[in-house]
Amino acid sequence: MTVLYWTLRSLLSHWRKHPIQFFSLFTGLWLATALLTGVLALNGQARESYARASQLIGGIPQATLSARNGSPLPQESFSTLRRLGWPVSPVLQGSVVLERQNRRLQVMGIEPVSLPAGSLLAGEPADAPDLTAFISPPNQTWIAEETLRELDLHNGDQPLLANGQQLPPLQGKNRMAPGLLLVDIGVAQRLLDMPHQISRLILPASVQGDLPPPWNERLQWQHQSNENDPGRLTESFHLNLTALGLLAFAVGLFIVHAAIGLALEQRRPLLRTVRASGVSVKHLLLALVIELSTLALLGGIAGVVSGYVLASLLLPDVAASLRGLYGAEVAGQLTLSPTWWLGSLALSLIGALLAGANSLWRAARLPLLALANHEAWHQAHRAWLHRQGWVAGIAALVALTAAWVGDSLTSGFILMGSLLLASALGLPLLLSTLLRLISRPGHSPLTAWFLADCRQQLPGMSLALMALLLALAANIGAGSMTEGFRQTFTTWLDQRLSAELYIRPQTPEQAVALQQWLPNQPAVRRVLPGLELETEIQGWPLTLAGMEDDATYRQHWPLLEAQAGNPWDALFAGGSLMLSEQLARHLKVGIGHTIELPTAEGIWQARVVAIYADYGNPRGHILVNAADMRKYWPALPVSRYAVRMDPTAVATLKHTLQRNFSLDDTRLVDQARLKEWATQVFERTFSATTALNTLTLIVAGIALFIALLTQSQSRLGQLAPLWAMGVTRRQLMLLNLGQTWLLTLLTLVFAIPLGILLAWCLVAVINVQAFGWRLPLQVFPSQLIRLAGLALLATWLASAWPLWSLWRSRPVDLLRVLSDER
Amino acid sequence: MLQVTDLHKHYPTPQGPLPVLRGIDLYLERGGSLALMGESGSGKSTLLHLIAGLDTPDRGHINIAGKALHTMSERQLADWRRCEIGLIFQQFNLIGSLTVADNLAFQARLAGRYDPVWQQQLAEQLGLGELLQRYPEQLSGGQQQRVALGRALASKPALVLADEPTGNLDETTSGQVLNLLLKLVSRSGCTLLMVTHSPHVAAQLQQRVVLKAGRIDPVSVVSEP
Repeated sequence: MTVLYWTLRSLLSHWRKHPIQFFSLFTGLWLATALLTGVLALNGQARESYARASQLIGGIPQATLSARNGSPLPQESFSTLRRLGWPVSPVLQGSVVLERQNRRLQVMGIEPVSLPAGSLLAGEPADAPDLTAFISPPNQTWIAEETLRELDLHNGDQPLLANGQQLPPLQGKNRMAPGLLLVDIGVAQRLLDMPHQISRLILPASVQGDLPPPWNERLQWQHQSNENDPGRLTESFHLNLTALGLLAFAVGLFIVHAAIGLALEQRRPLLRTVRASGVSVKHLLLALVIELSTLALLGGIAGVVSGYVLASLLLPDVAASLRGLYGAEVAGQLTLSPTWWLGSLALSLIGALLAGANSLWRAARLPLLALANHEAWHQAHRAWLHRQGWVAGIAALVALTAAWVGDSLTSGFILMGSLLLASALGLPLLLSTLLRLISRPGHSPLTAWFLADCRQQLPGMSLALMALLLALAANIGAGSMTEGFRQTFTTWLDQRLSAELYIRPQTPEQAVALQQWLPNQPAVRRVLPGLELETEIQGWPLTLAGMEDDATYRQHWPLLEAQAGNPWDALFAGGSLMLSEQLARHLKVGIGHTIELPTAEGIWQARVVAIYADYGNPRGHILVNAADMRKYWPALPVSRYAVRMDPTAVATLKHTLQRNFSLDDTRLVDQARLKEWATQVFERTFSATTALNTLTLIVAGIALFIALLTQSQSRLGQLAPLWAMGVTRRQLMLLNLGQTWLLTLLTLVFAIPLGILLAWCLVAVINVQAFGWRLPLQVFPSQLIRLAGLALLATWLASAWPLWSLWRSRPVDLLRVLSDER
Repeated sequence: MLQVTDLHKHYPTPQGPLPVLRGIDLYLERGGSLALMGESGSGKSTLLHLIAGLDTPDRGHINIAGKALHTMSERQLADWRRCEIGLIFQQFNLIGSLTVADNLAFQARLAGRYDPVWQQQLAEQLGLGELLQRYPEQLSGGQQQRVALGRALASKPALVLADEPTGNLDETTSGQVLNLLLKLVSRSGCTLLMVTHSPHVAAQLQQRVVLKAGRIDPVSVVSEP
């Protein structure tokens, strides 16, 4: 114990003399842990919210009965089926806007008494005594505790809605899904202004049998499946976030690795003395591990706290993206369990030990006398570089294999991970080879020194440069993907949203009334009715849309792929369909293939005549001729109208529609608002990605700064003789800056093709596997120039302090270097 | 050639200024050689650094070949050092990233005085012919110091300043290096000022002075024709 104590004490004394190194190690651990745990916190929070949403009415497996045309059901369906012995329970769902907070919330109305026996309501038994207050006047509104806090409301409050209705007293519940108000069904009908209507009926999944007429024609069964689960739909989104978090973690660990390696190298004489004093390798390693673990714990605590703060800052954007893209509600406030805190600390500890393993191994393997020999460490480093080259080669082979045979999201991530690993590990070798190639006889002495010294700096700089390479490539890759997506998406949106106004009637009767009223309005040029039906193929949820033949679609609807001739003629001739890219990929079908659609009249076989893009839609989408759809679903009412009209008259028409048909803003959307909303969702979706990318670049900048700062002291040894031979300090400073810039530029030269390759992986592999759509690979030179400028600026900032120190170094400092033993 | 007049230098310390040189007067003719001796801390290296223009005196003047160092800017001093001074250090201070050949030619190329014939002669006489493509870390101490000698003399400087050039070498190697230095200095017609602890080494130079507490010990001054 005494041996360990004194060994540890002597090792720790190093940090007192080298506070910058301590800072760099701490920073690496801190940033690596912060970025990864931040992402894990976001994902954890979202998953917890999904779990609560899917368990809102839980306890037993359930099935659902809903209208085949997606419209609300009359309340009579519930009472009739109940009388006939069907154990159904009604649910009404819609949205309301809180007047003061101007916040839209989902409302779910239930009838607890008729819920299947054994059901749980927000984690509580459906027959709990608490429910008496829920169903008896003045009733209760159950709401998630964090939503309550987020809205700055309290238990017992009765906020007003935008439609003038008042909510029953609020009651916070821990297990409630965020962003949802749970009320008695009678209350929901009043709040949503949908008297005697319900959205669907739920019943135990174990119930079998055929529904009695006419319900067998009007209702469709839907067994609860994982396909529609928000957790399943958003899986790819969270996987992408995790990948970015892991990248940032890796970049942070590069700093830790560099700092630990340098600290050990600087402590060579100390290690020799300690070993020579009779401390065994085992004790020395144990002391080093204890020291590293303590540092990891300190950095980990700071990282976990920062990760929490980071996640809190990013959560509103992430929650908005998930709501906009997938309709998944995520609590806007973080509530993390002690397991998350402990797990994150363990992550930091494991990361530090992984990053330090190589240095510890090297320290354990070097012979006692070689510990103090500078050359021994350099030889060890060269050998390590050699091995690194082999690992890079193997990683490149793995990447090639994944690209060749892979056909899943996991193989896509293996491809990207191996590609990044191969490039990062291969970088020092590539740089060294390149520098050797450009160093040729005949160069001026300073140029020769400049290049040769650059090579000599590589061991100390390689990890920082590897981190920079990863950060730059990730920025180029994600930037190209985002910018390419932005352009494709905007163009697509302009084409797809060609009508000036979109109307969703509340009831079939209203649909008929609108069809008669709309064409008589002077501003309206054409009214395009659309039919919609929610269904499933091979367990994949999709929307089947029927449209009338019109030039608007023929001219504007963007197609990615189509059969020869005019696909629109084929579609409107009947027996054909067009489908979204992601659905085509999921079903593995192409042009000319036949798809079987389940209908009330049996199976309908339709031929694929075109495939179109449907960005941002996690569900499948199929386009058919409206006449075909009416043939198979005769009772299907019009679900929406696309109105072509004078754009300047949209506001007036909307106002008249609101007044005459009581349509709220969810059922009446103009083109401009829809585009604005879609663009907002898009921007918010990528805001977390952009933030994480920027942070990764900052981390790489810090890695570079730390490497330069650590090197600056030993650099004096190389620079002092030059100064003595008549090279001015200004020249030395410029040469030094030039060397750092050269290394950065060469790294950038490698980062650009790697980034473009990464962009290709994202648009052609990851996006396809994760979301089902493929984007064209686009490279934006202006973005590359901006990033190059940013990288050089970061390099300049990172080298500013070490250069300033050199500039300020007094002759006496340089003279001391000339005289000291090095 | 070299005239030092009333040279003073002190270093700031936490305990106050520490005087290192307290009025040095020195004269050395062109082509002459002088051994500067004294105990550790007597100011020998400081005086050498001041003469090399690596540091500036607090008071006094240094004139070399008619040029007054105190009137020169840092840039002029650097230019002058590059062309006129050859420096040899106890620790060799070779450039680790360059080969022996590049190290030898480095200062001569910097000064624009690279002479391949002279370079080859130097390499041969220093016994470095076989080692030209090696790197400093692959050489012994004696070999490294021979490279340092070659580098200092390659530009044919007016003044060679050597700071204990044999201090890190064993007796045999030390003798070989010293002989080479004296031979090459004499052949190139340079002036030599050498700091040394060794009376044996000093005895081989034309003049010898001993520094004591920042002053030249008047008893120590020895000049031989």
